[in-house]
Amino acid sequence: MTTNKSYYKNIYNYEHTPNLVLNKNFKLQNGKMLQKANIAYQTYGKLNKEKSNAILICHALTGDQYASGINPITKKKGWWHDMIGKGKVFDTNSYYIICSNVLGGCMGTSGPKSINPLSKTFYGINFPEISIKDMVKLQYELIKFLGIKKLFCVVGGSMGGMQVLEWGINYPEKVKLAIPIATSFRHTAQNIALHEVGRQAIKNDFNWIEGNYIDKKVVPEKGLSAARMVAHITYMSEKSLSTKFGRNKRGFNNISKIFSGNFEVESYLQYQGSSFVKRFDANSYLYLTKSMDRFDLSEKYNGKLESVFKNNTCKWLIISFTSDWLFPTSESRHIVSALNANACKVSFVEIESDRGHDSFLLKVPRLYKILRGFLIGGKLQ
Amino acid sequence: MMKNGRADHYVITKIVKKNSRILDIGCADGKLLHLLKREKNASGQGIEIEHDKVEVCLQKGLSVVEGDANKEIISFPNKCFDYVILSQTLQTVERPKWIMNEILRIGKKAIISFPNFGYWLCRTQIAFKGKMPVTSDLKLHWYDTQNIHLCTISDFCELVNEMNFVIENKFGINGKKVLSYPFNSFLMNLFASHAVFLIKNK
Repeated sequence: MTTNKSYYKNIYNYEHTPNLVLNKNFKLQNGKMLQKANIAYQTYGKLNKEKSNAILICHALTGDQYASGINPITKKKGWWHDMIGKGKVFDTNSYYIICSNVLGGCMGTSGPKSINPLSKTFYGINFPEISIKDMVKLQYELIKFLGIKKLFCVVGGSMGGMQVLEWGINYPEKVKLAIPIATSFRHTAQNIALHEVGRQAIKNDFNWIEGNYIDKKVVPEKGLSAARMVAHITYMSEKSLSTKFGRNKRGFNNISKIFSGNFEVESYLQYQGSSFVKRFDANSYLYLTKSMDRFDLSEKYNGKLESVFKNNTCKWLIISFTSDWLFPTSESRHIVSALNANACKVSFVEIESDRGHDSFLLKVPRLYKILRGFLIGGKLQ
Repeated sequence: MMKNGRADHYVITKIVKKNSRILDIGCADGKLLHLLKREKNASGQGIEIEHDKVEVCLQKGLSVVEGDANKEIISFPNKCFDYVILSQTLQTVERPKWIMNEILRIGKKAIISFPNFGYWLCRTQIAFKGKMPVTSDLKLHWYDTQNIHLCTISDFCELVNEMNFVIENKFGINGKKVLSYPFNSFLMNLFASHAVFLIKNK
Protein backbone atom coordinates (compact mmCIF):
# COMPACT_ATOMS: atom_id res chain seq x y z
CA MET A 1 0.00 0.00 0.00
CA THR A 2 0.98 3.63 -0.24
CA THR A 3 3.46 5.16 2.10
CA ASN A 4 2.93 8.84 2.20
CA LYS A 5 6.03 10.64 3.34
CA SER A 6 4.31 13.98 2.77
CA TYR A 7 1.69 13.06 5.34
CA TYR A 8 4.45 12.49 7.82
CA LYS A 9 5.91 15.89 7.25
CA ASN A 10 2.48 17.42 7.55
CA ILE A 11 0.72 15.64 10.34
CA TYR A 12 3.34 13.74 12.24
CA ASN A 13 6.46 15.90 12.24
CA TYR A 14 5.21 19.44 12.40
CA GLU A 15 5.92 21.30 15.62
CA HIS A 16 2.95 23.34 16.69
CA THR A 17 3.77 26.40 18.77
CA PRO A 18 2.94 27.84 21.22
CA ASN A 19 2.47 24.66 23.17
CA LEU A 20 1.98 24.53 26.93
CA VAL A 21 3.34 21.43 28.67
CA LEU A 22 1.86 20.78 32.11
CA ASN A 23 4.40 20.10 34.82
CA LYS A 24 2.00 17.91 36.77
CA ASN A 25 0.00 14.84 35.94
CA PHE A 26 -3.31 15.53 34.29
CA LYS A 27 -6.15 13.49 35.76
CA LEU A 28 -8.82 12.38 33.34
CA GLN A 29 -12.51 11.87 34.05
CA ASN A 30 -12.07 8.09 33.98
CA GLY A 31 -9.41 8.33 36.71
CA LYS A 32 -6.43 7.72 34.45
CA MET A 33 -3.42 10.01 34.51
CA LEU A 34 -1.82 11.67 31.54
CA GLN A 35 1.88 12.42 31.95
CA LYS A 36 3.22 15.71 30.63
CA ALA A 37 -0.04 16.58 28.93
CA ASN A 38 0.38 19.44 26.53
CA ILE A 39 -1.92 21.84 24.76
CA ALA A 40 -1.13 23.63 21.52
CA TYR A 41 -2.89 26.93 20.95
CA GLN A 42 -3.09 30.14 18.98
CA THR A 43 -3.98 33.62 20.14
CA TYR A 44 -5.16 36.67 18.22
CA GLY A 45 -5.32 40.25 19.53
CA LYS A 46 -4.00 41.50 22.86
CA LEU A 47 -4.93 40.64 26.41
CA ASN A 48 -5.84 43.88 28.20
CA LYS A 49 -4.44 44.98 31.57
CA GLU A 50 -7.46 43.74 33.50
CA LYS A 51 -7.32 40.46 31.56
CA SER A 52 -11.03 40.82 31.00
CA ASN A 53 -11.23 40.69 27.21
CA ALA A 54 -10.42 37.04 26.56
CA ILE A 55 -12.63 34.94 24.32
CA LEU A 56 -12.04 31.21 24.13
CA ILE A 57 -13.05 29.64 20.85
CA CYS A 58 -13.65 25.90 20.91
CA HIS A 59 -13.20 24.02 17.66
CA ALA A 60 -15.31 21.22 16.26
CA LEU A 61 -14.38 17.56 15.62
CA THR A 62 -12.01 18.14 12.73
CA GLY A 63 -11.14 21.75 13.44
CA ASP A 64 -7.95 22.96 15.07
CA GLN A 65 -6.35 25.88 16.86
CA TYR A 66 -5.72 27.73 13.61
CA ALA A 67 -9.11 29.41 13.70
CA SER A 68 -7.84 32.49 11.88
CA GLY A 69 -4.91 33.29 9.61
CA ILE A 70 -3.31 30.65 7.43
CA ASN A 71 -3.26 27.07 8.66
CA PRO A 72 0.37 25.82 8.40
CA ILE A 73 -0.72 22.29 7.49
CA THR A 74 -3.44 22.95 4.94
CA LYS A 75 -2.08 26.35 3.82
CA LYS A 76 -5.70 27.47 3.74
CA LYS A 77 -7.53 30.13 5.74
CA GLY A 78 -8.52 29.17 9.28
CA TRP A 79 -11.99 27.73 9.82
CA TRP A 80 -13.31 30.98 11.34
CA HIS A 81 -11.00 33.32 9.46
CA ASP A 82 -13.91 35.50 8.39
CA MET A 83 -15.13 35.75 11.97
CA ILE A 84 -11.87 36.63 13.75
CA GLY A 85 -9.74 39.70 13.08
CA LYS A 86 -9.65 43.46 13.09
CA GLY A 87 -13.18 44.83 12.76
CA LYS A 88 -14.66 41.36 12.45
CA VAL A 89 -17.22 39.76 14.79
CA PHE A 90 -14.52 38.62 17.18
CA ASP A 91 -12.70 41.89 16.83
CA THR A 92 -9.02 41.59 17.65
CA ASN A 93 -8.92 45.36 18.22
CA SER A 94 -10.82 44.81 21.44
CA TYR A 95 -10.74 41.08 22.25
CA TYR A 96 -8.00 38.59 22.98
CA ILE A 97 -8.94 35.43 21.14
CA ILE A 98 -7.66 32.04 22.25
CA CYS A 99 -8.16 28.82 20.36
CA SER A 100 -6.51 25.56 21.38
CA ASN A 101 -6.31 22.15 19.80
CA VAL A 102 -8.51 19.72 21.75
CA LEU A 103 -7.23 16.94 23.93
CA GLY A 104 -7.09 13.85 21.73
CA GLY A 105 -6.54 15.99 18.65
CA CYS A 106 -3.68 15.77 16.19
CA MET A 107 -2.37 19.32 15.87
CA GLY A 108 0.06 19.44 18.74
CA THR A 109 -2.10 18.79 21.80
CA SER A 110 -1.76 15.43 23.59
CA GLY A 111 -3.48 12.76 21.56
CA PRO A 112 -3.01 9.29 20.13
CA LYS A 113 -0.32 10.49 17.74
CA SER A 114 1.76 11.95 20.62
CA ILE A 115 4.73 10.14 22.10
CA ASN A 116 3.99 8.48 25.42
CA PRO A 117 6.65 9.97 27.75
CA LEU A 118 6.89 6.70 29.66
CA SER A 119 7.31 4.23 26.82
CA LYS A 120 8.77 6.74 24.33
CA THR A 121 6.54 5.26 21.61
CA PHE A 122 3.45 6.62 19.90
CA TYR A 123 0.37 6.27 22.06
CA GLY A 124 -1.81 4.97 19.22
CA ILE A 125 -4.81 3.25 20.73
CA ASN A 126 -3.03 3.04 24.08
CA PHE A 127 -4.01 6.66 24.54
CA PRO A 128 -6.51 6.78 27.41
CA GLU A 129 -10.16 7.41 26.71
CA ILE A 130 -10.99 11.09 26.92
CA SER A 131 -14.20 13.04 27.41
CA ILE A 132 -15.44 16.46 26.35
CA LYS A 133 -15.10 17.41 30.03
CA ASP A 134 -11.41 16.43 29.91
CA MET A 135 -10.86 18.66 26.87
CA VAL A 136 -12.32 21.57 28.79
CA LYS A 137 -10.29 20.79 31.90
CA LEU A 138 -7.13 21.00 29.82
CA GLN A 139 -8.27 24.29 28.30
CA TYR A 140 -8.83 25.51 31.85
CA GLU A 141 -5.15 24.80 32.59
CA LEU A 142 -4.23 26.95 29.61
CA ILE A 143 -6.49 29.79 30.77
CA LYS A 144 -4.91 29.67 34.24
CA PHE A 145 -1.46 29.70 32.65
CA LEU A 146 -2.41 32.80 30.65
CA GLY A 147 -3.42 34.47 33.92
CA ILE A 148 -7.07 34.90 32.99
CA LYS A 149 -9.46 34.83 35.95
CA LYS A 150 -12.65 35.07 33.95
CA LEU A 151 -13.29 34.56 30.27
CA PHE A 152 -15.44 37.22 28.68
CA CYS A 153 -16.87 34.61 26.37
CA VAL A 154 -16.60 30.94 25.42
CA VAL A 155 -17.97 30.07 22.01
CA GLY A 156 -17.99 27.12 19.64
CA GLY A 157 -20.06 25.05 17.25
CA SER A 158 -20.87 21.35 17.16
CA MET A 159 -18.28 19.54 19.31
CA GLY A 160 -17.04 23.04 20.16
CA GLY A 161 -20.55 23.77 21.45
CA MET A 162 -20.35 20.72 23.69
CA GLN A 163 -17.17 22.18 25.16
CA VAL A 164 -18.94 25.51 25.72
CA LEU A 165 -21.66 23.66 27.64
CA GLU A 166 -19.05 21.91 29.80
CA TRP A 167 -17.33 25.24 30.42
CA GLY A 168 -20.53 26.91 31.56
CA ILE A 169 -21.46 23.98 33.78
CA ASN A 170 -18.08 23.17 35.34
CA TYR A 171 -16.63 26.67 35.59
CA PRO A 172 -19.64 29.02 35.67
CA GLU A 173 -17.72 31.59 37.72
CA LYS A 174 -15.01 31.68 35.05
CA VAL A 175 -17.34 32.41 32.13
CA LYS A 176 -19.35 35.54 31.49
CA LEU A 177 -20.94 34.71 28.14
CA ALA A 178 -21.44 31.16 26.86
CA ILE A 179 -22.43 30.57 23.24
CA PRO A 180 -23.02 26.96 22.22
CA ILE A 181 -23.85 26.82 18.51
CA ALA A 182 -25.41 23.99 16.45
CA THR A 183 -24.90 21.49 19.20
CA SER A 184 -26.60 19.23 21.71
CA PHE A 185 -26.33 18.17 25.33
CA ARG A 186 -25.97 14.55 24.22
CA HIS A 187 -25.48 12.47 21.14
CA THR A 188 -28.58 10.77 19.81
CA ALA A 189 -28.67 7.18 18.53
CA GLN A 190 -28.52 8.61 15.01
CA ASN A 191 -25.42 10.67 15.81
CA ILE A 192 -23.72 7.62 17.30
CA ALA A 193 -24.75 5.39 14.40
CA LEU A 194 -23.27 7.77 11.84
CA HIS A 195 -20.01 7.99 13.78
CA GLU A 196 -19.83 4.22 14.06
CA VAL A 197 -19.91 3.89 10.26
CA GLY A 198 -16.85 6.13 10.10
CA ARG A 199 -15.03 4.26 12.83
CA GLN A 200 -15.71 0.92 11.17
CA ALA A 201 -14.34 2.25 7.90
CA ILE A 202 -11.09 3.22 9.64
CA LYS A 203 -10.76 0.05 11.69
CA ASN A 204 -11.38 -2.12 8.65
CA ASP A 205 -8.71 -0.39 6.64
CA PHE A 206 -5.84 -2.81 6.04
CA ASN A 207 -3.43 -0.05 7.02
CA TRP A 208 -4.96 0.69 10.40
CA ILE A 209 -3.00 -2.25 11.92
CA GLU A 210 -4.81 -2.10 15.28
CA GLY A 211 -3.91 1.54 15.51
CA ASN A 212 -0.16 0.98 15.09
CA TYR A 213 0.12 2.41 11.62
CA ILE A 214 2.44 5.26 12.57
CA ASP A 215 5.25 2.87 13.51
CA LYS A 216 4.73 1.03 10.23
CA LYS A 217 4.85 4.32 8.35
CA VAL A 218 1.49 3.86 6.66
CA VAL A 219 -1.81 5.69 6.90
CA PRO A 220 -5.31 4.11 6.86
CA GLU A 221 -6.24 6.71 4.32
CA LYS A 222 -9.04 4.80 2.62
CA GLY A 223 -10.87 4.22 5.87
CA LEU A 224 -10.33 7.75 7.14
CA SER A 225 -11.37 9.16 3.81
CA ALA A 226 -14.59 7.10 3.77
CA ALA A 227 -15.31 8.21 7.35
CA ARG A 228 -14.91 11.81 6.27
CA MET A 229 -17.19 11.32 3.28
CA VAL A 230 -20.03 9.99 5.41
CA ALA A 231 -19.52 12.73 7.98
CA HIS A 232 -19.37 15.41 5.32
CA ILE A 233 -22.83 14.45 4.05
CA THR A 234 -24.19 14.90 7.57
CA TYR A 235 -22.77 18.42 7.70
CA MET A 236 -24.75 19.48 4.64
CA SER A 237 -28.43 19.48 3.83
CA GLU A 238 -30.28 17.79 1.02
CA LYS A 239 -30.96 21.25 -0.37
CA SER A 240 -27.35 22.38 -0.26
CA LEU A 241 -26.22 19.18 -2.01
CA SER A 242 -28.93 19.58 -4.65
CA THR A 243 -28.15 23.24 -5.21
CA LYS A 244 -24.44 22.62 -5.45
CA PHE A 245 -24.45 19.45 -7.56
CA GLY A 246 -27.94 18.33 -8.46
CA ARG A 247 -27.53 15.31 -10.72
CA ASN A 248 -24.71 16.91 -12.69
CA LYS A 249 -22.31 14.50 -14.34
CA ARG A 250 -18.75 14.95 -15.42
CA GLY A 251 -19.46 14.30 -19.06
CA PHE A 252 -18.20 10.81 -19.91
CA ASN A 253 -19.95 7.56 -20.52
CA ASN A 254 -17.21 4.97 -20.47
CA ILE A 255 -18.49 1.61 -19.26
CA SER A 256 -15.10 0.62 -17.86
CA LYS A 257 -15.25 3.68 -15.65
CA ILE A 258 -18.76 2.98 -14.45
CA PHE A 259 -17.76 3.08 -10.78
CA SER A 260 -15.16 5.78 -10.92
CA GLY A 261 -17.63 8.40 -9.82
CA ASN A 262 -19.19 10.33 -12.65
CA PHE A 263 -21.64 12.34 -10.61
CA GLU A 264 -20.19 15.63 -9.49
CA VAL A 265 -21.30 14.97 -5.94
CA GLU A 266 -19.22 11.77 -5.96
CA SER A 267 -16.01 13.44 -7.00
CA TYR A 268 -16.66 16.27 -4.55
CA LEU A 269 -16.92 13.78 -1.70
CA GLN A 270 -13.84 11.93 -2.87
CA TYR A 271 -11.95 15.19 -2.89
CA GLN A 272 -13.19 15.97 0.63
CA GLY A 273 -12.03 12.55 1.78
CA SER A 274 -8.62 12.67 0.17
CA SER A 275 -7.78 16.16 1.38
CA PHE A 276 -8.88 15.27 4.90
CA VAL A 277 -6.37 12.42 5.26
CA LYS A 278 -3.55 14.86 4.59
CA ARG A 279 -4.34 16.79 7.73
CA PHE A 280 -5.95 14.43 10.18
CA ASP A 281 -4.89 11.43 12.21
CA ALA A 282 -7.18 8.38 12.01
CA ASN A 283 -6.78 7.41 15.66
CA SER A 284 -7.63 10.96 16.71
CA TYR A 285 -10.79 10.62 14.66
CA LEU A 286 -11.68 7.45 16.57
CA TYR A 287 -11.03 9.02 19.97
CA LEU A 288 -12.79 12.29 19.30
CA THR A 289 -15.91 10.74 17.75
CA LYS A 290 -16.10 8.40 20.74
CA SER A 291 -15.88 11.29 23.18
CA MET A 292 -18.76 12.97 21.37
CA ASP A 293 -20.81 9.77 21.42
CA ARG A 294 -20.25 9.35 25.16
CA PHE A 295 -21.22 12.95 25.80
CA ASP A 296 -24.46 13.22 27.75
CA LEU A 297 -24.87 16.00 30.28
CA SER A 298 -28.11 14.58 31.62
CA GLU A 299 -26.77 11.08 32.29
CA LYS A 300 -25.68 11.88 35.83
CA TYR A 301 -29.18 13.16 36.62
CA ASN A 302 -31.23 10.33 35.12
CA GLY A 303 -31.97 12.29 31.99
CA LYS A 304 -33.04 15.45 33.82
CA LEU A 305 -31.05 18.07 31.99
CA GLU A 306 -32.46 20.90 34.12
CA SER A 307 -30.49 19.63 37.14
CA VAL A 308 -27.27 20.45 35.30
CA PHE A 309 -27.96 24.17 35.25
CA LYS A 310 -29.01 24.66 38.86
CA ASN A 311 -28.01 28.17 40.05
CA ASN A 312 -26.03 28.72 36.87
CA THR A 313 -24.80 32.29 36.60
CA CYS A 314 -23.49 32.48 33.01
CA LYS A 315 -25.24 34.46 30.35
CA TRP A 316 -26.17 31.99 27.62
CA LEU A 317 -26.90 32.37 23.94
CA ILE A 318 -28.00 29.19 22.23
CA ILE A 319 -27.97 29.16 18.42
CA SER A 320 -29.32 26.57 16.00
CA PHE A 321 -29.91 26.44 12.24
CA THR A 322 -33.14 25.51 10.47
CA SER A 323 -31.59 22.96 8.09
CA ASP A 324 -29.23 21.31 10.56
CA TRP A 325 -30.44 17.72 10.77
CA LEU A 326 -27.37 16.48 12.65
CA PHE A 327 -28.00 18.75 15.63
CA PRO A 328 -31.56 19.90 14.97
CA THR A 329 -33.17 22.88 16.68
CA SER A 330 -35.12 20.52 18.95
CA GLU A 331 -31.82 19.64 20.66
CA SER A 332 -31.05 23.30 21.30
CA ARG A 333 -34.57 23.82 22.58
CA HIS A 334 -33.98 21.13 25.20
CA ILE A 335 -31.05 23.17 26.45
CA VAL A 336 -33.10 26.37 26.43
CA SER A 337 -35.91 24.68 28.38
CA ALA A 338 -33.44 23.32 30.93
CA LEU A 339 -31.98 26.80 31.40
CA ASN A 340 -35.48 28.29 31.61
CA ALA A 341 -36.38 25.70 34.23
CA ASN A 342 -33.68 27.26 36.40
CA ALA A 343 -34.66 30.79 35.44
CA CYS A 344 -31.16 31.29 34.04
CA LYS A 345 -30.19 34.12 31.73
CA VAL A 346 -30.74 32.59 28.33
CA SER A 347 -31.16 33.86 24.83
CA PHE A 348 -32.01 31.64 21.92
CA VAL A 349 -32.22 32.07 18.17
CA GLU A 350 -32.85 29.65 15.38
CA ILE A 351 -31.18 31.03 12.28
CA GLU A 352 -32.57 30.36 8.84
CA SER A 353 -30.04 28.72 6.60
CA ASP A 354 -30.38 25.93 4.06
CA ARG A 355 -26.75 24.91 4.36
CA GLY A 356 -27.11 22.32 7.10
CA HIS A 357 -24.96 21.74 10.15
CA ASP A 358 -21.95 23.44 8.52
CA SER A 359 -23.83 26.77 8.64
CA PHE A 360 -21.88 27.73 11.75
CA LEU A 361 -18.67 27.71 9.69
CA LEU A 362 -20.14 29.67 6.79
CA LYS A 363 -20.86 33.31 6.13
CA VAL A 364 -24.44 33.35 7.35
CA PRO A 365 -25.20 37.08 7.79
CA ARG A 366 -27.66 36.65 10.65
CA LEU A 367 -25.19 34.51 12.60
CA TYR A 368 -22.64 37.31 12.35
CA LYS A 369 -25.20 39.91 13.33
CA ILE A 370 -26.47 37.93 16.32
CA LEU A 371 -22.99 37.19 17.66
CA ARG A 372 -21.86 40.79 17.21
CA GLY A 373 -24.95 42.05 19.03
CA PHE A 374 -24.65 39.59 21.88
CA LEU A 375 -21.00 40.56 22.47
CA ILE A 376 -21.93 44.26 22.48
CA GLY A 377 -24.75 43.55 24.94
CA GLY A 378 -22.45 41.40 27.05
CA LYS A 379 -20.11 44.32 27.58
CA LEU A 380 -22.85 46.53 28.98
CA GLN A 381 -23.15 44.91 32.39
CA MET B 1 -39.56 59.77 33.19
CA MET B 2 -42.85 59.83 31.41
CA LYS B 3 -41.92 62.56 28.98
CA ASN B 4 -40.69 60.24 26.27
CA GLY B 5 -41.87 56.86 27.43
CA ARG B 6 -45.17 55.07 27.08
CA ALA B 7 -47.70 55.60 29.86
CA ASP B 8 -48.19 51.85 30.35
CA HIS B 9 -44.43 51.43 30.78
CA TYR B 10 -44.50 54.18 33.37
CA VAL B 11 -47.28 52.42 35.27
CA ILE B 12 -45.54 49.05 35.09
CA THR B 13 -42.29 50.59 36.36
CA LYS B 14 -44.26 51.97 39.31
CA ILE B 15 -45.78 48.57 40.07
CA VAL B 16 -42.59 46.50 39.94
CA LYS B 17 -40.60 46.24 43.16
CA LYS B 18 -36.81 46.63 43.25
CA ASN B 19 -34.54 43.68 42.35
CA SER B 20 -37.42 41.64 40.94
CA ARG B 21 -37.13 38.89 38.42
CA ILE B 22 -39.23 39.56 35.35
CA LEU B 23 -40.44 37.80 32.26
CA ASP B 24 -41.73 40.04 29.49
CA ILE B 25 -43.80 38.10 26.98
CA GLY B 26 -43.67 39.72 23.58
CA CYS B 27 -40.90 42.04 24.77
CA ALA B 28 -40.41 43.68 21.32
CA ASP B 29 -37.18 45.71 21.28
CA GLY B 30 -36.80 45.31 25.04
CA LYS B 31 -37.68 48.91 25.93
CA LEU B 32 -39.66 47.91 29.01
CA LEU B 33 -37.13 45.32 30.22
CA HIS B 34 -34.39 47.88 29.79
CA LEU B 35 -36.37 50.47 31.71
CA LEU B 36 -37.05 48.04 34.55
CA LYS B 37 -33.41 47.06 34.67
CA ARG B 38 -32.36 50.69 34.91
CA GLU B 39 -35.04 51.96 37.28
CA LYS B 40 -35.66 48.91 39.45
CA ASN B 41 -32.50 46.85 39.03
CA ALA B 42 -34.75 44.10 37.77
CA SER B 43 -33.25 41.08 36.08
CA GLY B 44 -35.27 40.14 33.11
CA GLN B 45 -35.95 37.69 30.41
CA GLY B 46 -37.93 38.29 27.26
CA ILE B 47 -39.73 36.24 24.64
CA GLU B 48 -40.08 37.76 21.18
CA ILE B 49 -40.94 36.29 17.81
CA GLU B 50 -39.69 39.00 15.45
CA HIS B 51 -36.08 38.60 14.33
CA ASP B 52 -34.97 42.22 14.17
CA LYS B 53 -36.45 42.98 17.58
CA VAL B 54 -34.61 40.03 19.10
CA GLU B 55 -31.38 41.40 17.64
CA VAL B 56 -31.98 44.79 19.24
CA CYS B 57 -32.61 43.11 22.62
CA LEU B 58 -29.33 41.21 22.42
CA GLN B 59 -27.45 44.42 21.68
CA LYS B 60 -28.97 45.96 24.78
CA GLY B 61 -27.63 43.06 26.83
CA LEU B 62 -31.09 41.65 27.45
CA SER B 63 -31.77 37.92 27.51
CA VAL B 64 -34.37 37.00 24.97
CA VAL B 65 -35.66 33.76 23.58
CA GLU B 66 -36.76 34.00 19.99
CA GLY B 67 -39.98 32.15 19.51
CA ASP B 68 -43.69 31.77 20.10
CA ALA B 69 -44.66 32.60 23.68
CA ASN B 70 -47.34 29.90 23.64
CA LYS B 71 -44.65 27.29 23.18
CA GLU B 72 -41.92 28.87 25.28
CA ILE B 73 -43.71 29.51 28.54
CA ILE B 74 -44.55 25.89 29.24
CA SER B 75 -40.86 25.17 29.90
CA PHE B 76 -40.64 27.55 32.85
CA PRO B 77 -41.06 26.09 36.34
CA ASN B 78 -43.69 27.30 38.81
CA LYS B 79 -43.27 30.72 40.39
CA CYS B 80 -39.80 31.37 38.95
CA PHE B 81 -40.56 35.05 38.25
CA ASP B 82 -41.75 37.80 40.54
CA TYR B 83 -43.70 39.32 37.67
CA VAL B 84 -44.72 38.05 34.30
CA ILE B 85 -45.62 40.88 31.97
CA LEU B 86 -48.06 40.51 29.13
CA SER B 87 -47.99 43.94 27.58
CA GLN B 88 -50.39 44.56 24.68
CA THR B 89 -50.35 40.87 23.86
CA LEU B 90 -53.35 39.22 25.53
CA GLN B 91 -55.68 40.35 22.76
CA THR B 92 -53.47 38.71 20.13
CA VAL B 93 -53.14 35.23 21.63
CA GLU B 94 -55.27 32.29 20.60
CA ARG B 95 -56.13 31.13 24.09
CA PRO B 96 -56.21 34.09 26.51
CA LYS B 97 -57.47 32.01 29.45
CA TRP B 98 -54.79 29.41 28.98
CA ILE B 99 -52.03 31.99 28.83
CA MET B 100 -53.35 33.76 31.92
CA ASN B 101 -53.26 30.50 33.83
CA GLU B 102 -49.75 29.84 32.57
CA ILE B 103 -48.34 33.23 33.51
CA LEU B 104 -49.75 32.95 37.00
CA ARG B 105 -48.24 29.49 37.25
CA ILE B 106 -44.73 30.68 36.40
CA GLY B 107 -45.03 34.13 37.99
CA LYS B 108 -46.00 35.20 41.49
CA LYS B 109 -47.85 38.11 39.95
CA ALA B 110 -48.92 39.03 36.45
CA ILE B 111 -49.03 42.43 34.85
CA ILE B 112 -51.42 42.49 31.92
CA SER B 113 -52.05 45.47 29.69
CA PHE B 114 -54.49 45.64 26.79
CA PRO B 115 -56.42 48.15 24.69
CA ASN B 116 -59.84 48.87 26.15
CA PHE B 117 -62.61 48.18 23.67
CA GLY B 118 -65.02 49.95 26.03
CA TYR B 119 -63.27 53.28 25.39
CA TRP B 120 -65.81 55.90 24.34
CA LEU B 121 -64.13 56.42 20.98
CA CYS B 122 -64.57 52.74 20.18
CA ARG B 123 -68.16 52.80 21.35
CA THR B 124 -69.05 55.83 19.26
CA GLN B 125 -67.40 54.48 16.13
CA ILE B 126 -69.45 51.32 16.36
CA ALA B 127 -72.63 53.08 17.51
CA PHE B 128 -72.66 55.97 15.08
CA LYS B 129 -70.51 54.94 12.16
CA GLY B 130 -71.40 51.27 12.45
CA LYS B 131 -67.77 50.45 11.82
CA MET B 132 -64.98 48.64 13.63
CA PRO B 133 -63.04 51.22 15.63
CA VAL B 134 -59.63 52.55 14.66
CA THR B 135 -57.96 54.49 17.48
CA SER B 136 -54.48 55.34 18.72
CA ASP B 137 -54.48 52.04 20.64
CA LEU B 138 -56.17 50.07 17.88
CA LYS B 139 -54.31 51.45 14.94
CA LEU B 140 -55.05 48.86 12.30
CA HIS B 141 -58.18 48.07 10.35
CA TRP B 142 -60.02 44.86 11.16
CA TYR B 143 -58.46 43.02 8.20
CA ASP B 144 -54.88 43.93 9.17
CA THR B 145 -55.02 43.66 12.92
CA GLN B 146 -53.53 40.82 14.94
CA ASN B 147 -56.04 41.53 17.69
CA ILE B 148 -58.34 38.53 17.74
CA HIS B 149 -59.55 38.67 21.36
CA LEU B 150 -60.48 42.24 22.10
CA CYS B 151 -62.23 43.02 25.37
CA THR B 152 -63.33 45.88 27.59
CA ILE B 153 -62.09 46.60 31.11
CA SER B 154 -65.38 45.22 32.48
CA ASP B 155 -65.00 42.03 30.44
CA PHE B 156 -61.50 41.54 31.75
CA CYS B 157 -62.55 42.11 35.39
CA GLU B 158 -65.26 39.48 34.93
CA LEU B 159 -62.79 36.97 33.52
CA VAL B 160 -60.32 37.54 36.37
CA ASN B 161 -63.10 36.86 38.88
CA GLU B 162 -64.28 33.82 37.00
CA MET B 163 -60.74 32.42 36.96
CA ASN B 164 -60.44 32.97 40.71
CA PHE B 165 -57.60 35.44 40.48
CA VAL B 166 -57.36 38.65 42.48
CA ILE B 167 -56.96 42.13 41.04
CA GLU B 168 -54.32 43.78 43.19
CA ASN B 169 -54.28 46.99 41.24
CA LYS B 170 -55.61 48.44 38.02
CA PHE B 171 -54.87 51.54 36.00
CA GLY B 172 -56.64 53.14 33.13
CA ILE B 173 -54.57 55.06 30.63
CA ASN B 174 -55.64 57.75 28.25
CA GLY B 175 -52.84 59.04 26.09
CA LYS B 176 -50.20 60.03 28.63
CA LYS B 177 -52.67 60.32 31.52
CA VAL B 178 -53.00 57.63 34.15
CA LEU B 179 -56.47 57.10 35.63
CA SER B 180 -55.75 55.08 38.75
CA TYR B 181 -57.76 52.60 40.82
CA PRO B 182 -60.03 54.83 42.95
CA PHE B 183 -61.37 56.17 39.67
CA ASN B 184 -64.90 54.91 39.19
CA SER B 185 -64.91 51.63 37.29
CA PHE B 186 -67.68 52.65 34.95
CA LEU B 187 -65.88 55.85 34.08
CA MET B 188 -62.56 54.08 33.68
CA ASN B 189 -64.12 51.69 31.20
CA LEU B 190 -65.38 54.72 29.30
CA PHE B 191 -62.37 56.99 29.43
CA ALA B 192 -59.37 54.65 29.42
CA SER B 193 -58.11 53.76 25.97
CA HIS B 194 -55.85 51.24 27.55
CA ALA B 195 -55.62 49.36 30.87
CA VAL B 196 -52.91 47.85 33.05
CA PHE B 197 -53.84 45.19 35.63
CA LEU B 198 -51.79 43.68 38.40
CA ILE B 199 -53.26 40.30 39.24
CA LYS B 200 -52.28 37.35 41.39
CA ASN B 201 -53.55 34.02 42.63
CA LYS B 202 -56.03 33.96 45.51
